[in-house]
Amino acid sequence: MAKLLETENLGIAFGGLRALSDVTLEIGRGEIVGLIGPNGAGKTTVFNLLTDVYMPTEGTITLEGKSIVGKKTYQITRAGIARTFQNIRLFKDISVIDNVKIAMEGDMHYSALAGILRLPSYWREEKAADLRARELLRVVDLEDFADAKAKNLPYGQQRKLEIARALATQPKVLLLDEPAAGMNPTETQELAEMIEKIRKKFDVAILLIEHDMSFVMEICEKLYVLDYGMVIAQGKPEDVRKDPKVIAAYLGGNEDE
Amino acid sequence: MNVLSQIINGLHIGSIYALVALGYSMVYGIIKLINFAHGEIIMVGAYAVYVMLVLVGTPLWIAVLVSLLFCACMGMLIERVAYRRLRNKNAPRISLLITAIGVSIFLQNLAQTIFSSSGKSFPNVMPQGSIRLGDAEISALTLITLATAAVLMIGLQLLVSKTKMGKAMRAVSEDAGAAKLMGINTNVTITWTFAIGSALASIAALLYSSAYPLVTPYMGSTLGLKAFIAAVLGGIGSVPGAMLGGFLLGIAETLAKGYISSVVADAIVFGILILVLLIRPAGLLGRNVKEKV
Repeated sequence: MAKLLETENLGIAFGGLRALSDVTLEIGRGEIVGLIGPNGAGKTTVFNLLTDVYMPTEGTITLEGKSIVGKKTYQITRAGIARTFQNIRLFKDISVIDNVKIAMEGDMHYSALAGILRLPSYWREEKAADLRARELLRVVDLEDFADAKAKNLPYGQQRKLEIARALATQPKVLLLDEPAAGMNPTETQELAEMIEKIRKKFDVAILLIEHDMSFVMEICEKLYVLDYGMVIAQGKPEDVRKDPKVIAAYLGGNEDE
Repeated sequence: MNVLSQIINGLHIGSIYALVALGYSMVYGIIKLINFAHGEIIMVGAYAVYVMLVLVGTPLWIAVLVSLLFCACMGMLIERVAYRRLRNKNAPRISLLITAIGVSIFLQNLAQTIFSSSGKSFPNVMPQGSIRLGDAEISALTLITLATAAVLMIGLQLLVSKTKMGKAMRAVSEDAGAAKLMGINTNVTITWTFAIGSALASIAALLYSSAYPLVTPYMGSTLGLKAFIAAVLGGIGSVPGAMLGGFLLGIAETLAKGYISSVVADAIVFGILILVLLIRPAGLLGRNVKEKV
């Protein structure tokens, strides 16, 4: 598969604390890749580097062959990397559909005056955005809640709304930070199906952080295992799970699984 | 004067407070800064109209347009020069506040240097005459003020609730970090907020100067302070709150002046503020946001 997003020898130190070193990842077009590892291994830090919330202290990040290090966060989003958050960060007091439409800002061009005076460009763009937002809500089964405030959705659906909002930026790569956290087994199963559907429908590559191993093993084609800020194993899920280093990292050296 | 006239007068001054309060509230909502330089934008707007009308001699609509654009640019310039760097460096909020006070003093002194500290009398540009409503007489200026304020407030409400800029503003005010990650250029959104707030202040300046026709370098500080109180009263950060606070403050002030004493009117108004805040610390329409731990 063609390479879409790559990092090479990526590292970051916060003062004297080295959070990540030598992280080299490759994500191909339309691939579903898992990033796993014990708590504090640096998984979310990888996401923060990919979206330039932090500047890497060394290494490179390229999207479709172009370096994206040092770009502004919103430019990276517009270039095609979107994400969700470990601790849900929806715009809580804004309606479900407007949460999605906010993420379409980058594609809308009418002026403020056209907005106040309701000129044709306003109606045209708002209508298109509305249709697209509803379509996205349908994908994550939230169309019936379009006008509810985001904070009034149950937890599992807030996670789905975060995915719809991220998709609204028309990403090439979607970063999901613990999408199944706090979900029960049925919801997790639905989520796995939804992610598969999203990948096909939007032709998007997905990099996800997750602790639910059966979920990861089911949907990921490739895994990277982080521990203490370094990649300790990578490859197909079935190979990674047998890797003694991975088992040691997860179980603290105790190898009976 | 009867009660109805007093209330109408209260609405008149209240709508001016509300227009200025909106600027405080919007900026606070989006970057949590009490922009003390906002009051000075009124003064700048009043001088701009004065210069265009009296010194240059343009028609009123050109003067208003120039003042509006000048104030909007001034607001954006202040944000760009004085605040943005501090924001991007994550400076503590108190540094921004002190900077805002600095900008305010700078603008007052600049105006004093250019126009001297003695007041300029503002030309009478508004139509005269009045209409009767029952026992009350409403001047043309009051009608114009109320109508202008209403149109601007409706426009602002539409902008904030229905357009992409408004949605971006609300998103940035809720969670600037997440907004950036959804592709929103937060700096542009913040610049817009300053421009809109300042443009509203320039219109307030015209309306205020038409009612109290003396332009001085310090006119912005009292009016700005009252408008700030209106914003807090209504719930700072809330657009409808700023409007409500402005009207309430205006009416309370006029009634206190009319029926109790004009000397203690301000004391009464501030007393009301203290009472309201004791009962509703977040203001009338404000929300108490609980920090999660």
